[in-house]
Amino acid sequence: MAKQFLQGNKALAETAIRSGCRIFFGYPITPSSEIPEYYAAQPKERKVTFIQAETEVSAFNMVAGAVAAGRRAMTATSGPGFSLGQEAMSYMTAAGLPAVIVDVMRPGPADGEILASQGDYFQVTKGGGHGDYNVIVLAPYSVQEACDLTRKAFELAEKHGNPVVVLSDSTIAKMCESVELPEEISYKVPTFSGALTGCKDKRHVITTCGDGAAQWEKFNLNLQERFAKIREEEQKWDAVQVEDADVVMVSFGSVARVALETVEIAREHGLKVGLLRPITLWPFPEKAFAGLDGKKFFVVELNAGQMVQDVKLSVKNKDDVSYYGRFGGFTPTPLELYEEICKRYGKGASK
Amino acid sequence: MKTIYERPKALQDTFFKYCGGCGHGIINRIIGELIDEKKCLDDTVMVWPIGCSVYADQYFHADAICALHGRAPAVGTGLKRAEPDKLIIVYQGDGDMVSEGMAEIIHAAIRGEKFSVIFMNNAIYGMTGGQMAPTTLEGQRTTTSPFGRAIENSGYPVNMAEIMAKFPGCVYSERVAVNTPANVAAAKRAINKAFDLQLAGKGLSFVEVLSPCPTGWGLKPVMAQQWVAEKMMPIYPLGVFKNPEVAK
Repeated sequence: MAKQFLQGNKALAETAIRSGCRIFFGYPITPSSEIPEYYAAQPKERKVTFIQAETEVSAFNMVAGAVAAGRRAMTATSGPGFSLGQEAMSYMTAAGLPAVIVDVMRPGPADGEILASQGDYFQVTKGGGHGDYNVIVLAPYSVQEACDLTRKAFELAEKHGNPVVVLSDSTIAKMCESVELPEEISYKVPTFSGALTGCKDKRHVITTCGDGAAQWEKFNLNLQERFAKIREEEQKWDAVQVEDADVVMVSFGSVARVALETVEIAREHGLKVGLLRPITLWPFPEKAFAGLDGKKFFVVELNAGQMVQDVKLSVKNKDDVSYYGRFGGFTPTPLELYEEICKRYGKGASK
Repeated sequence: MKTIYERPKALQDTFFKYCGGCGHGIINRIIGELIDEKKCLDDTVMVWPIGCSVYADQYFHADAICALHGRAPAVGTGLKRAEPDKLIIVYQGDGDMVSEGMAEIIHAAIRGEKFSVIFMNNAIYGMTGGQMAPTTLEGQRTTTSPFGRAIENSGYPVNMAEIMAKFPGCVYSERVAVNTPANVAAAKRAINKAFDLQLAGKGLSFVEVLSPCPTGWGLKPVMAQQWVAEKMMPIYPLGVFKNPEVAK
């Protein structure tokens, strides 16, 4: 198929539609707004349902309703909106609803700024809402990968009966790149056997309301089983020149693109640097760190060091892990990172 | 022998967990009767709220989802937009609708969502132990207004049926009560009309039900029926505030 030059948000939206997701509920928020705009602008023949919700609270719960009916449905937002959606994330996970949510991150806390950030790592990968739960989190580092992972998000959601977040950021969302869009497909309706399709053959009930401690503990243990299976089966990462590296950079999303260039610069200067790029942030790809004992890990994030905690939990010696980050919308340059590596691990650096 | 009264087929053969004298059971039964009469059990999806009716999915044979507190109209929106031919019944209490979910119900009316909303107004939070609701009357004692609801502190009761009638997207809004046999019969006619309008593809249909809460009010059931008439109706008058003959 021919390649197209597309903006990240638009390519993502087109991929979702081509993945059969014809129902979209959303509240506009920079830097995600091109996604609802793209849905709103679809011609009638494409049979797209688009509703601009009054709040993200409602948008997430509308998604819950449409997904409960056995259809593919989606919303897109940014950090402040995702915060509002958290109760629905907790709810949809407990209810086993295979929803897909796009979070295009911007710098917080609070209203914050609108350039690239990775400050939502905690609130997206750690459950974030009430109770013990996790959602699958996919972090693209290019427009192409934003498309590929959006397609994958629906498949994973339905495979495990669990919401999936595509975690983008302003850079991935706003930049244009050459992409090959996935083919248009249809999907099996309903998307899961418990969907509310009517009680003719079998009755369906979706409730997250417990009925005593014994019942609710069992419910929670079943949830934990689901999460353990996801942890076992879905860890995904990319490793670039890690095997012989002395220093392994660990980065995800847009800043991993910068790190990739830093690896090249460092190698040109004789430093053995590699890149380990988590693609699933939950489950965190702890398997990627097997056999890397003794290496130094240099974690670069657009936040105050949120993923660095997961890296420390995944390596043998947490003293081997250091962190560098920028906030507020700044993205470091490849040279900036190279200089940091020289300072910390280069000749003359204090060991 | 001729059967003149039996459990509606839409209802399960089980005990309702509502308190004695509560209005929820009556309205649940009416909904069951109407589903039977319309023969639409297979195509009904019920959206239950957080509140005293949180377990009501266990009382019906229909497909059901229990929404988060206040979010039933948003979940109903998602369901109805995905499945326009289903009968979607959104059931809410005063805490769920008028406090936690005011934005959701108002915007469902603004959009003219084509589902039916049954709003149980008992002027108190029943499930959580009798706290003040937005619909609590001036001077009414609750556990969070132990000296009586004071207007200067907590504002005024909210008249949802009248508010909903203002929205062009709401085609039908009526307030009924379940404190007398005649009012129960009228309540059934109102809910029947709401369902018919939905099945005809019209906009949002809304029925507010004044419902006694003897437990929350600290009254015996018979006294609670009188309280509905004497205290609630002057503030919440019964009547049709919007009818589809006028709504275009």
